[in-house]
Amino acid sequence: MKLATVMTTRLQATQSLPGLRLEFDASQPLPLDSGQELAPFAIQFTTYGTLNADKSNAILLCHALTGDQYVAERNPVTGREGWWGSLVGPGRVIDPERYFIICSNVIGGCLGSTGPRDIDPATGKPYGLSFPVITIGDMVRAQVRLIDHFGIDQLFAVVGGSMGGMQVLQWAARYPERVFAAIPLATAARHSAQNIAFHEVGRQAIMADPDWRGGNFLDQQTNPARGLAVARMAAHITYLSEPALHRKFGRNLQERQKVAFGFDADFQVESYLRHQGASFVDRFDANSYLYITRAMDYFDLAAEFGSVPAAFKGTKTRFCIVSFSSDWLFPTSESRALVHALNAVAANVSFVEINSDKGHDAFLLDEPEMFAVLEGFLRGCAQHRGLKV
Amino acid sequence: MTRMTAPMRVDLQLIADMVEPGSRVLDVGCGDGALLDYLVHAKGVDGRGVELSQAGVNACVAQGLSVIQGDADTDLNDYPSGAFDYVVLSQTLQATRAPKEVLANLCRIGKHAILSFPNFGHWRVRLSLLTGGRMPRTDALTYEWHDTPNIHFCTLIDFVELARSLDLTIEKLMVLDAVGRPLQGLASKTFGNLLGEQAVVLLKK
Repeated sequence: MKLATVMTTRLQATQSLPGLRLEFDASQPLPLDSGQELAPFAIQFTTYGTLNADKSNAILLCHALTGDQYVAERNPVTGREGWWGSLVGPGRVIDPERYFIICSNVIGGCLGSTGPRDIDPATGKPYGLSFPVITIGDMVRAQVRLIDHFGIDQLFAVVGGSMGGMQVLQWAARYPERVFAAIPLATAARHSAQNIAFHEVGRQAIMADPDWRGGNFLDQQTNPARGLAVARMAAHITYLSEPALHRKFGRNLQERQKVAFGFDADFQVESYLRHQGASFVDRFDANSYLYITRAMDYFDLAAEFGSVPAAFKGTKTRFCIVSFSSDWLFPTSESRALVHALNAVAANVSFVEINSDKGHDAFLLDEPEMFAVLEGFLRGCAQHRGLKV
Repeated sequence: MTRMTAPMRVDLQLIADMVEPGSRVLDVGCGDGALLDYLVHAKGVDGRGVELSQAGVNACVAQGLSVIQGDADTDLNDYPSGAFDYVVLSQTLQATRAPKEVLANLCRIGKHAILSFPNFGHWRVRLSLLTGGRMPRTDALTYEWHDTPNIHFCTLIDFVELARSLDLTIEKLMVLDAVGRPLQGLASKTFGNLLGEQAVVLLKK
């Protein structure tokens, strides 16, 4: 499908990114949950496959906190393969031969969609902390604009893990008639106190870095790389599991025979985390990290709709909820609570817990049982939807 | 559609025959999904399942069935009353912790409940205990007393009494032999209780 941009206002000369871009000028603001408006704004996205004649085969993929729209292709910033290439692509479960696949960078992100590092038209400088605080609901509201642009009345499926799963739930709760099937993976109906606490550690690490400059580091040509790296290191631990860390590193030492009685990276696990932190700062904006973690913290369907069952009352969407046994960031108990809420409104729901010792990140990894479940669920949904797949 | 080429267990077929096409069905303890798959594809029902074993759940979902992991004792309370036309519990009542609450829940959630269960009043069970003096083991009940998941056996008469105590109406009662064939002409509970190895019951609140 050829992209006819809605744009008139040029936003900023972002680096030219692969993929597609939809721009909305000052006359088409995005209303935000905070009461503010974002205008102008842009959505950077990628698509795979072809939208069929009755526009019934579209799957929207929602990325996680530090994910992006490069689901199944080489990432232009990192040079690495797409983050969900094991699930999405020719011959995969989500196959562009069958589906029209869309994935957009979230609002507030830093890979093309409007975020805090873009130029604030009011000042001519990067937004920094003058960027409005955004929510999962705002991210989804922007995605709705994208889906409207394609003239798609109903998405065949919305799929995502972690923060992507929150977007899936938000879609299903707010726009139930536009979601035929919802697949929230490794997620919850609200961000827990523990999860908010971890995010706060990350944010404080960023803000404690003198190079953060009150959020104005772009304008002042600094980069709070140390703070952002520490934030990433702390967060990365929460994505793994103790058994996975033990299996991978144990107490093994890093290129030495004995401990050095100092604070170098004696242990392999330290070296690994330092590498995770250091490589992250090359691809992610520190302010985006603040904004997106905040959006996750604010996510609470019960607060928004009165209760979780109320959020899904009368829904006809078919749900497939997936959790992972060693995920302690979004544990199975959160998914089970979601299942109970959906049962309370007699929703059509499937729920599986996948046995894995890989922790929260398992949803991104090669998990054959997850693939089999998703394949079967999507095939069943396609039959009910009358899709030829 | 070329599905379900293998014949279904006879008691499952009897249960399936009681279900109106196009209705809403919850199969509690749906196992590998054989009944649910049949109901969805042959009778066009809106079918859901609950299964205790995670492997069973994953296999069901991978077949395209809507199934959640859960058990009859703890996961029925959330469902709203009258959410389904039929709630099925096959060969599971005897393995629940609180059969009375489970039965009440089935008839609350469903406009009808369909249950199948082994009959502990069968003559062979009685004879086994009388002559051997040990807990009965039959073809259908193969566990040792200490490792059996079946912790709440009942006889057909016990079940009828339980249903009565909950003010449930038994709409249909079938008594089956060991392989699930209906035994005809056993109108009397007494003979059914003696000669039936299992029972299939349709009931409502």
